[in-house]
Formats: sequence, C-alpha cells, structure tokens
Amino acid sequence: MERNKGISGLLRALSRRQFMQGAAAVGISITAMPKFAAAAAEKLVNFYTWDTYIGETTLADFTKATGIEVKMDLYGDNDELFAKLRSGNPGYDVIVPSGNWVSRMAQAGMLEPLDHSLIPNIKHIVPRFMGNVGFDPGRKYSLPYMWGTIGVGYRKSKFAEPPTSWKWLYDSDKYSGRLALMSESDVLLGMALKYLGYSLNTTDDKQLAEAEALIIKQKPHIKAFAEDNGQDLLASGEVDLVMEWNGDIAQLMAEDDDIGYVVPDEGGLLWEDTLAIPKGAPHLANAHALINFIHDPDVNVGIATTVQFATPNQSALAKMDKAYTGNTAIFAPEAVLSKSETLSYLGEDVITKRQEACTRIFAA
Amino acid sequence: MEAWRKNRFAFFVTLLPPGLWLAVFFIAPLSLLWVFSFGVKSGITQIELAWTLTNYARALDPLYLGIMLKSLWIAGVTTLICLVVGLPVALVISFASRRVQPWLLLLIILPFWTNLLIRTYALIAVLRGNGHVNSVLEWLWEIGDGVLGVLGLGEFHLLGTGFTPLALLYNDMAVVIGLVYVHLPFMILPLYVALDRLDRSLIEASLDLGAGHVRTFFSIIVPLALPGIASGVIITFIPALGAYLTPELLGGTDSQMIANVIERQFKSANDWPFGSALSFLLMYITFFGLAVRSLVARRSSSEGGK
Repeated sequence: MERNKGISGLLRALSRRQFMQGAAAVGISITAMPKFAAAAAEKLVNFYTWDTYIGETTLADFTKATGIEVKMDLYGDNDELFAKLRSGNPGYDVIVPSGNWVSRMAQAGMLEPLDHSLIPNIKHIVPRFMGNVGFDPGRKYSLPYMWGTIGVGYRKSKFAEPPTSWKWLYDSDKYSGRLALMSESDVLLGMALKYLGYSLNTTDDKQLAEAEALIIKQKPHIKAFAEDNGQDLLASGEVDLVMEWNGDIAQLMAEDDDIGYVVPDEGGLLWEDTLAIPKGAPHLANAHALINFIHDPDVNVGIATTVQFATPNQSALAKMDKAYTGNTAIFAPEAVLSKSETLSYLGEDVITKRQEACTRIFAA
Repeated sequence: MEAWRKNRFAFFVTLLPPGLWLAVFFIAPLSLLWVFSFGVKSGITQIELAWTLTNYARALDPLYLGIMLKSLWIAGVTTLICLVVGLPVALVISFASRRVQPWLLLLIILPFWTNLLIRTYALIAVLRGNGHVNSVLEWLWEIGDGVLGVLGLGEFHLLGTGFTPLALLYNDMAVVIGLVYVHLPFMILPLYVALDRLDRSLIEASLDLGAGHVRTFFSIIVPLALPGIASGVIITFIPALGAYLTPELLGGTDSQMIANVIERQFKSANDWPFGSALSFLLMYITFFGLAVRSLVARRSSSEGGK
C-alpha cells in the first residue's frame, strides 16, 4: 500500500525492496537494528510507520505536550513491516499495520495487547470500528488509524459515464491497452472475485481458479500490473483506467481536475490501517500515550487534513470541512461501502495458494 | 609467486580481515539459506528443518522452470546485444589516442555514478507513450505529414490519420533495453582490457598478408580477445539473470523474471524455504556458467602459451 506523495516515497520503498533482493541473493536477512535503549522510564517512543502518513506537527506537538521524544522510522509496505519484526522486535513501540496483518501478527504472537484504560480518547472513535471487527475481535491488539477503499481511478475526459463496474478492468476489451491492475495478490484476485460475485476472502479453490482464468483471459488488454505506481501511469496518460488505493487517486485529483475515482457497484476492498504495539516494545506507557494523543480530536484533525485519508475519529470528523467530508475519493458512498469487504487473514496455506496463482498469472 | 611460503605470518595477517569478512557476511548467511532450502514452513514465522527436497521438487515444477527459462532467454539476449554493441566500442576506445582514452572510459563509467533506480525511472520517462522517444517521432510525423499536405497529398493520409505512439514500455523489449543499458559497461570494460593488451603488430601482419578488415577482425582480434569476451559475457549474463528491478519497473504483464518470484517468496508469500531453494537453483546455474568460463580461459591460455 502506498501512501507516498510522488516519487520520493516510491523511491524509498523501492530501494528497500531492492535491498531485500540483494539480501535474498546473497542470503542475508540483515535487520538493521537501531540501537534502542530499553530503559522503561526513558522519555522516548519509537514510531514505525508509512511515509507521509502523519500530521505535519503531530509528533512535535506530542513531544511538547508530554516531553516524550518520538523517533520515527518508515516502511514501504506491510511485507516490509512483517519481515522486520519477524525474528523479534528491534525496539519499536508503535506500528501501523493494515487490518489483515493485525490478525496474522497477533496469531504469530508478535503484538502486545492494548490497555484500553490508558487510551481514554477511544470514546471519539466511530462505534462501527470498535464492535466486532473481523481481524481483531474486541480491538484487543489494535485501534483504527485511517481507512479507505480500493477502486478505479480514471481520466474523466475519456469516459462518457464513470466506469462503475469491475467489468471494464477484468472482462472487456473496450479499453484494451489503456488499463492497469495492481499486482498485489490479495487485491488482484480479490477484485476479480468481487466481479464474479464471490467474497474476496473466499477459500474455495474453484472460485479462485475462476478468478485466475478471468485475469489470464484479460491479460492481452492489460497494460501493466502496477506494483504501487498506478497513479503515475494514470497521471502520465499511459493508461486511462487504473485500480488503485483511494488516497493515491485523491492526491492526484487535487492536482488534476480530469481525474475521477469510483468504487464499482460490485463493491471493492475496504481497508483499515491500525495503531498497534509490537511485542517487546521497550516503552509501553509511552506507546499508549502516543496512540491516545493521535486520537485527540484536534490532533486528529491535523493528521486527517495532511494525509487526506478517512479518519475513524467522529469528533475530529465533525470539525472537518466539506471539501474533506464530501470528497468521494476519501469517503465512498454508503451504497458501495456496504458491498465492500475487509481483507481477512486466511492462513498461510491460502496465502501460498494465492501467491502461486499470481505467479501463474504473471507467467501466462 | 612463492613468497608467501617465506613469510607466512604476514600472509595470514593480510588474509585475516577479508577472510573474516567473507565468513561472517557471505558464507554464514549463505549456509543459513542453504539449510532453509531443505526446511518447511511450520508456522507464520517458524521454519522446521525437515531435510526434505520438496522445495527443490516444487522449484522444478514446469511453472518455475518456464520462468527460469524465460530469465535465461532474456539474460542471453541482453548479453548478446551487449557483446555486439560493446565490442566495436571497446575496439574504438583501445585504438583511440592515449590522451582521449581516459575520457572515453570515463563516459562508459559515468552512469554508475547515478543510482540504478533513478536511471531506470529516467528510462521510463524516455520510453513511455508520451515520453521523449515518442515525442521526437511525433514531431517527425507532423513534419512529414505537413510536407505531404503541401505537396497536395494530404487527403491520402500516407502516414496514417494520426500519430500512434510506439509501445516501447511495459513489454519484454523494454526489459532487454533496460538491461542492456545497465550492463553495457560490464561488457565494455573487460573487452577493453583484453583488446588494449593485444599485440598490434599481429593486426598489421594480418593486413599486410592480404587479409581484409573483416577477416582480420574475426580471425585475429576476436580469438585473441576471447578471454576478455568470456569475462564480459559472464559478468554481464549473471547479474542480468538475477535482474529484479528492471523487469519490475519496465516489464509488461508477463515479464516477470526468476528474481521477482524469489522476492515474492521472501516477502508477500512469506515462504523462505521455497525462496531459498529457488535462489540456490539460480546459484547452481551461475556456478555452471563460471565453470564453463574457467574451461574457456584454460583452453585459451594453453593455446596462447604454446
């Protein structure tokens, strides 16, 4: 998932990936471990998050309010976060994993349970996010940070009507060579499953095979499977139709009036990034304090204004202007939201199966 | 040659730092991966050492063999183009005057001063639909069309009714272009070294004795440059075979190479044992290439030393 504005963040994400490749080839998994002191009373919190995913002054304000210093480190995607914490927490206190990763990491014993009594600002969160959340029942390990959708970004001048079906991406030659899909397996297969009328969390091999066949049949019309640069392809006019995270298209829409975003009628993917504490975090109390601070309504307004993603904090939402709350690229209409699904962690075997399906798709 | 026997202490002291470096940062992690390649994933983060060959069996599945073959093919085409393009360039540099030579070599090495990722992005800007190559072509098309219009042939649309940009990006050709661009210096430098040491009088003798330029090139220069060609081929082919960034950024929907599959095993698929097996398969191919190279080198040195 890419939250980066433009190329600089992308470069960072890619150079990390490049490093991983080097590591794979030479056979090293060096975890460059920052030297974190573990003293409990230390006025420090180590925050590991996505690039450009916090308010401009949020962390400085936190330090001013509490005297706790924030050290921020950045990752490019959930895989990277997972790989870094896989063989033990190198010292991070607060991380920002996506929903399905919360259950994966919780099952692997990589997360610390949250102490809700230390986070009074929980009361500001929309109740829907606090109830029976599939990936984290009872919100034992995580609190919502930002949420959004995956949908279709398109160049308005090339369309008489908005492309309101996944059909135009998955099952039509109308925009042959003018469309790009995302290469991430859960999304690539997931949206095909939605188009076919199945759940994107299906574990049925037959449904998965159907989705795979659909994509392979569509391949001649697909320009590229974009890693996380679909918005660049759309911006440069390389394609007219692209599957992307809403925030990436929203940022593009701010610069280019000819860009639109729509979640197709079949529904899309509803994502949620969370705030969580990894097991072995050296500054537990400070970590809770930072999470609580982020959900302070005024602080949250600052974050939402900067990152332009949907906040789950209703008190902050009430203070936001119409340009934000009325932006359909940030808040998709309720009708398609109700048909969209969140990704669940389906177990390692399903992940392997889906990965192999993607390898077959890319090789076909 | 045998000086180290006389001063063993100095020899071992000099050997110690690089030896330690290799042991800690190369042999140890590599052994770990090698062990992983015989393991099975037993949990989200656990790997059980089962000493099984299932990962290798899976790696030999037609799906992965096909991707491996495709990678070999792309790396092979890349190497061939590098050789064909690089040999004349190396020849020109080696025959250039001593004053110009360093500057020409500098030009070859210059791209290394920029990060590979930046260079690849630059290539995207050059190759894409509204990129630099296509805008030049479009400009030429407009001039051509204008000229035809002046000549009164406008209504026949001899050049088509509009300019259609060439699809230069997001296909295998783009990957090969990208790989050639990145690896050309690796080919030119060893070729230059080999050609620079070449005894010029042999070329003069060949020309004096009536062989043409073409024959001299293929019968004299190429055989004498063979060790350089072999080195160039090897150090171009091996990194091209493991290319990861170029197919990812420039490739189309079916341009994945084996390194992209390996990367996914270590990241999104979280299947380190299988990823390790694939890596080692790639490494065995590399070793095979090196063995061939040393054979060639031995043969040519025994021929040269007669």
